[in-house]
Amino acid sequence: MTAEPGWTPDQPIVSVKGVRKSFGDNEVLKGVGFDVMKGEVICIIGPSGSGKSTLIRCINGLNEIDEGSIKVEGQEVHDPALDKLALRRKVGMVFQQYNLFPHKTALENVMMAPVLVLKQPKAEVEARARKLMAKVRLEGKEHQYPGELSGGQQQRVAIARSLAMNPDVMLFDEVTAALDPETVKEVLVTIKDLAAEGMTCLLVTHEMGFAREVADHIYFTDRGVIVEHGPPETFFTEARDPRTREFLSQIL
Amino acid sequence: MDAVAEYFRELAEIAPRWNFIWMYDERQQGKILSGLWMTVQLSVACVAFSVVIGLVGAWMQGARSRIVRAIVQAYIQFFRNTPPFVQLLFFYFALGQFTPTHSPDGWLEVPIISNVGWAIISLSFFAGAFNVEIFRAGIEAVPESTQEAAESLGFTRLQIYLYVVLPLAFRVCLPSLNNNLVNLVKTTTQAFAIAVPELLYQSVSIWNDYPSAQYPTMLLLFVIYILLVAVLVFGMTKWEHAMRIPGYGR
Ligand SMILES: Nc1ncnc2c1ncn2[C@@H]1O[C@H](COP(=O)(O)OP(=O)(O)OP(=O)(O)O)[C@@H](O)[C@H]1O
Ligand SMILES: [Mg+2]
Repeated sequence: MTAEPGWTPDQPIVSVKGVRKSFGDNEVLKGVGFDVMKGEVICIIGPSGSGKSTLIRCINGLNEIDEGSIKVEGQEVHDPALDKLALRRKVGMVFQQYNLFPHKTALENVMMAPVLVLKQPKAEVEARARKLMAKVRLEGKEHQYPGELSGGQQQRVAIARSLAMNPDVMLFDEVTAALDPETVKEVLVTIKDLAAEGMTCLLVTHEMGFAREVADHIYFTDRGVIVEHGPPETFFTEARDPRTREFLSQIL
Repeated sequence: MDAVAEYFRELAEIAPRWNFIWMYDERQQGKILSGLWMTVQLSVACVAFSVVIGLVGAWMQGARSRIVRAIVQAYIQFFRNTPPFVQLLFFYFALGQFTPTHSPDGWLEVPIISNVGWAIISLSFFAGAFNVEIFRAGIEAVPESTQEAAESLGFTRLQIYLYVVLPLAFRVCLPSLNNNLVNLVKTTTQAFAIAVPELLYQSVSIWNDYPSAQYPTMLLLFVIYILLVAVLVFGMTKWEHAMRIPGYGR
């Protein structure tokens, strides 16, 4: 997949401008904008219902937007003429509830998209899938079904499944929210490894310690707008807006 | 073998109402066997076509176009709410008139679709209407989120349907599919009305010729249908077990 002609890696890889989105009368996003550079790790935090999931889902076209623009590698996501499949090869997504294919083994889950969507040869995909399983520290679990894995293990399979498409950007939507505290760490370690390798990551998370450690930039959303943002060094200590302060005081 | 045949021949003489004629008369035996073979063929063809109709119909019900969905809905309503027997007669006598004919031997004009063909078409559409609803229910049980995961991996709508939705939906709807197919096998007896030489047709022709064979032949019909359905249910249960996923459901 090639990027839009004219897009170069020194421009934002994801560019969100003035995005508005309503579900019926409920305006969920009220003009949101930010840029993500290649290799950056962005964390989005905010209270429940503030539109974080909606925002992240708009970036890979799972939700339509009403106004504004979202560009990935210079390509407008909501251009009706856009090849959605091409977009989805560039943008990987991991969900809170893992959403693995329950009737496929862990390895098959990872292999399915490259074989079906990218039409890559099976043997080649399998070799890569096994490497990815090792990367997310799940050697030996290749032939287990999702129902036989713990939440943390399932989530790591889901990450491997997304990575198998060789995306340029990864979206994570509260991927540790459904996990018990002990398994949260194993998933966070996996994401940290990815970030360290230079993968561009957008994370919605409630793990403040993690955000502080890996994020290059943190955005705080409330009721459909970005209230405040900054690098982690200053964000947690010098928040000015009362809403941010209140949120942080509750969560930290 | 001969001893058994001899026994039934003698039984027919002592007990005139219990003439198990197909136990010793080869011609009648041949009728039963050919009737059974026709019933098996009818059943297999109708099961296969009705399942395909069910799958395609359920897929079309998920279409964006309102017209497509309305057509499927009308189809279901029609075939579900009218008697299958009337449907069969309608297909054969009404639609049958308008089908083109051909002449393989240059003498006789025969319709392209035979009575067997019409029986298969009519019964498949009848059972297919129920299958659409059965598959639909199974499909609705597949979580939206699982489909979204496939969508975000770049699967097309058809790929999501074939590789994610159907395999999961199938597992949910196998029990009701099972019921419908059992009904379908039994309903193939209606093809009798348009002279398809299936098991019931052959049986009736036997007891018309030999009224003394009526009770035994009816008995035989029950036994054969019980066995036929048993084979089907056995196969479906095996399949259900084979499709069971470790750690999923139950
Ligand atoms: N498909 C939908 N249809 C209608 N309303 C929706 C839909 N998806 C989300 N909403 C509404 O949009 C608002 C924002 O939802 P969203 O899931 O984006 O919030 P969130 O910030 O991710 O919250 P959480 O932290 O609880 O996950 C909520 O009020 C929600 O009810
Ligand atoms: Mg959310």
